[in-house]
Amino acid sequence: MRLRRCGDRALLVELDDLGEVLPFYDALAASPPEGVVDIVPAARTLLVRFEPPATPHAIESALRSVRPVPGARGETGEVRIPVVYDGADLKDVAALTGLAEREIVAAHTATPWTVAFCGFAPGFGYLTGGDPRLAVPRRAESRVRVPAGSVALAAGFSAVYPRESPGGWQLIGRTEAVVWDLDADPPALLRPGTRVRFTEAARNRHEPAA
Amino acid sequence: MNRLLEVVATGPMTTVQDLGRPGRGDLGVGRSGAADRGALRLANRLVGNPEGAAALEVTFGGLCVRAHGNLLIALAGAACPATVTGPLGARWPIGHHSVERLPCGATLQLGPPVRGVRTYLSVRGGLDVPPVLGSRATDVLAGLGPDLPAPGELLPVGPLPDVFPAVDLAPVPEPADGDLVLEILPGPRDDWFTPDALRVLCAEPYQVTTDSNRVGIRLRGPILERAREGELPSEGMVPGAIQVPLSGQPTLFLADHPLTGGYPVIAVVRSDDVDRAAQARPGQRIRFRVASATTTPR
Repeated sequence: MRLRRCGDRALLVELDDLGEVLPFYDALAASPPEGVVDIVPAARTLLVRFEPPATPHAIESALRSVRPVPGARGETGEVRIPVVYDGADLKDVAALTGLAEREIVAAHTATPWTVAFCGFAPGFGYLTGGDPRLAVPRRAESRVRVPAGSVALAAGFSAVYPRESPGGWQLIGRTEAVVWDLDADPPALLRPGTRVRFTEAARNRHEPAA
Repeated sequence: MNRLLEVVATGPMTTVQDLGRPGRGDLGVGRSGAADRGALRLANRLVGNPEGAAALEVTFGGLCVRAHGNLLIALAGAACPATVTGPLGARWPIGHHSVERLPCGATLQLGPPVRGVRTYLSVRGGLDVPPVLGSRATDVLAGLGPDLPAPGELLPVGPLPDVFPAVDLAPVPEPADGDLVLEILPGPRDDWFTPDALRVLCAEPYQVTTDSNRVGIRLRGPILERAREGELPSEGMVPGAIQVPLSGQPTLFLADHPLTGGYPVIAVVRSDDVDRAAQARPGQRIRFRVASATTTPR
């Protein structure tokens, strides 16, 4: 673990890889040091924001005493997300991975994913731990408008777009599952640590094929 | 009678802001809130509100509001000409950083600020629009919080606080109109740049471009050279972060910055100075200076 100063009100905890982030986040979130106001887990780091009277020095020593326990997370159950696999980039993903479109569906649904962290937009969970053959880069050009519920791949992650937004990920399908609901508490369905299993949903009979 | 603030005109942009919604970084939600937090706090204290009550953040003036019920108001942040027109047509100017009455039926019109960008209008009782995730702040990047007030909208005013205003007037420094000097702390990714880059950042002024908003300020000035190639795995950002994209021209993040980013942050503006950065006008120049040990924390 390495600590980096991030201004006078935050420290960046740098870890070796994604696998260390979640256990550290769990340990930290379970008993945050006095004065910590926000924790932002990301791909290899956690940003820890604090407010006075907490000092950088006090937060630093508190962070150095965090003892993450790998695999300590209790089973929080699985979220199942039914997906219609008819995304606009399915052909491109097939070309990039060398898999047939049906094999992409099989790979995406075969193994459970875990939310590593949220970012980009409220409720946008970066899902990790899926089939490594599905690691594809972002699209060369990002789309101005990606519909809510789009299921996508990029940089070894999978994700569900919570709301309509711009986006550069490869779209492989869509779901009617609501992953961001302001009337729910918490509003995000996919939070760090949540396990996700994608299932294939039949295309609605009344819909034209995409 | 219900007390309401009617929006007659918004100027270039007006948002409802409070001190934001911290503590939800794990859900992908940033803090947001007033860009100049100190000014919002002061505007609230002047009318006896809790510091974090919701108020209007007015960008480059132009706001016109009408009182429904007798209101007690205060203006803070960028000073702009403020004129009240009473219900019978009488007109009188009101002061900045002072407690003022807006009688029922009167309108308040704000002209453009001479210095600074953002003016805060607080109302005793606070704006009682429905909170979203515990805050009435509008996050323009995430699309969270109250919609931008539109002409004709009636903003409800909350119940009067128990505390009475303690002062009538608060003398505070005006936003700077020459070069703005901001103190920075190097890192967290200064090692992604050439050893000279930090010196370059502090040597010459950077100009605030028109491509600036609540998300951040795009700066134009000497290029900051990277020492290493590649993409940084996305990591958490803070207000005041000076992020350097591939162009080498830095962006200074403000209240509605992206929660995470993949470009390295060479340095972070000291939190006390972020409020002053939020008042920097397009065309104004910013000089960065590495904070000395004696000024950190101030």
